[in-house]
Amino acid sequence: MSAASLEGSKAFVELVKRDLVLAFRTPGQTLNPVAFYLMVASLFPLGIAPEKELLSQLAGGIVWIGALLAVLLSLDSLFRSDQDDGSLDQLLLSPHPLPLLVLAKISAHWLTTGVALIVMAPLLALMLHLPTQAFPALMLSLLLGTPLMSLAGGIGAALTVRVQRGGILLTLLSLPLYIPVLIFGTGAVQTAVEGMSYSGHLLWMAALLMLGLCLAPLAIAASLRIVADG
Amino acid sequence: MHLTDRFLRDNDLLEVAKLGCERDDRVLFSNLSIQLSPGELLQIEGCNGAGKTTLLRVLAGLSGDYRGQVLWRGQKLSRVYADFRLSTFYFGHKPAVKTELTPVENILWRSRLRNESYTDQFVFSALEQVNLAGYEDIPCGQLSAGQHRRVALADLALSATPLWILDEPFTAIDVDGVGWLEQLLARHIENEGSVIMTSHQSLSKLSDRVRKLRLENFRVSDEDEIHDDSEAWL
Repeated sequence: MSAASLEGSKAFVELVKRDLVLAFRTPGQTLNPVAFYLMVASLFPLGIAPEKELLSQLAGGIVWIGALLAVLLSLDSLFRSDQDDGSLDQLLLSPHPLPLLVLAKISAHWLTTGVALIVMAPLLALMLHLPTQAFPALMLSLLLGTPLMSLAGGIGAALTVRVQRGGILLTLLSLPLYIPVLIFGTGAVQTAVEGMSYSGHLLWMAALLMLGLCLAPLAIAASLRIVADG
Repeated sequence: MHLTDRFLRDNDLLEVAKLGCERDDRVLFSNLSIQLSPGELLQIEGCNGAGKTTLLRVLAGLSGDYRGQVLWRGQKLSRVYADFRLSTFYFGHKPAVKTELTPVENILWRSRLRNESYTDQFVFSALEQVNLAGYEDIPCGQLSAGQHRRVALADLALSATPLWILDEPFTAIDVDGVGWLEQLLARHIENEGSVIMTSHQSLSKLSDRVRKLRLENFRVSDEDEIHDDSEAWL
């Protein structure tokens, strides 16, 4: 039995596949954050002023804050359903390394929320009159920023998995981690609007993403073990 | 079994020494010693809230909040985690069945996480055994609670792991199912497998192979310890 080789990659793929199928079969839950994202962004022109000059200044920030809030909204269900039906115990008891399985869950989360937010971003940017030269900066910063938000938010989601209605606690835990992402993300868009080079911002985000990829799965795995102990 | 045999036996699968556990300043159990060899079934009894589930979670490696020692094949659990995990099947309070997925899909993801994989044909025959033939492609959300547990039991029947840790496996199972599960347990024990389970059910078909451990509130009476000199098997 112990001689059987551990096929971690197969478990990883299986878990990503499972979560994607789950997301696909509950479209209401999956599309909820995306609908929220659209609403937040479309309320700004109504709430402030539909003037082109003003909106084009704010567009980058609005799209980014919308994306951040949408990710926060989606985080609560990241481990909750697994906890509710007992699947989380099976994850914890798997012979495969828990950080690997956690990374699979985070990947599936990013593929269902992050990618949808990136795809919707140009539409919102167009609506908010973002100058065309800033589009690549917006897309690239979101491409680096959304997986980072899934990873960092996963820590809060793991810690609050057993807290009933832990939404506000989850927000409080995750927001401090999101602030650097937001600053670099909107910074990149703003610099691009002013016509300057934004590669510095993106490199910082890439560095943070690497850090997150290495450390967040370990932190999430440790959090899940601690929470399961109670 | 003779006393000397018991001490000569060095192939204990799971050995627990002086295990103690507290929750919220309440002692659930203390000084608990258990030895489990291949081919044994340990039934843990006790009233509600006596700490049966906590004990199972400690033994399964889900909870690290305890005093004492848990040895797996003679080595500390923390050293041989991977081997222990590969050899254990845990069946919890909640069946770990996704309502959006079909029974077949559920069994496939569960087995893959345990590093086992079965062909579809195997899975179909296991589902037939638990009376779920015809439900293979129906999302579990449309099945009853008992059927959810049957999906998990089909997974158990397929698993080749030597140690089964079962938390109230008979819950929500009908009479036919209880008979089938008892047979499954008997077969597992005959094949030198081991079972630790909590249940209020008396295992009529297995009565000669069952060892019982009773958890009392605030106090443990380990029948095994009390009768240690004379009879290890009750």
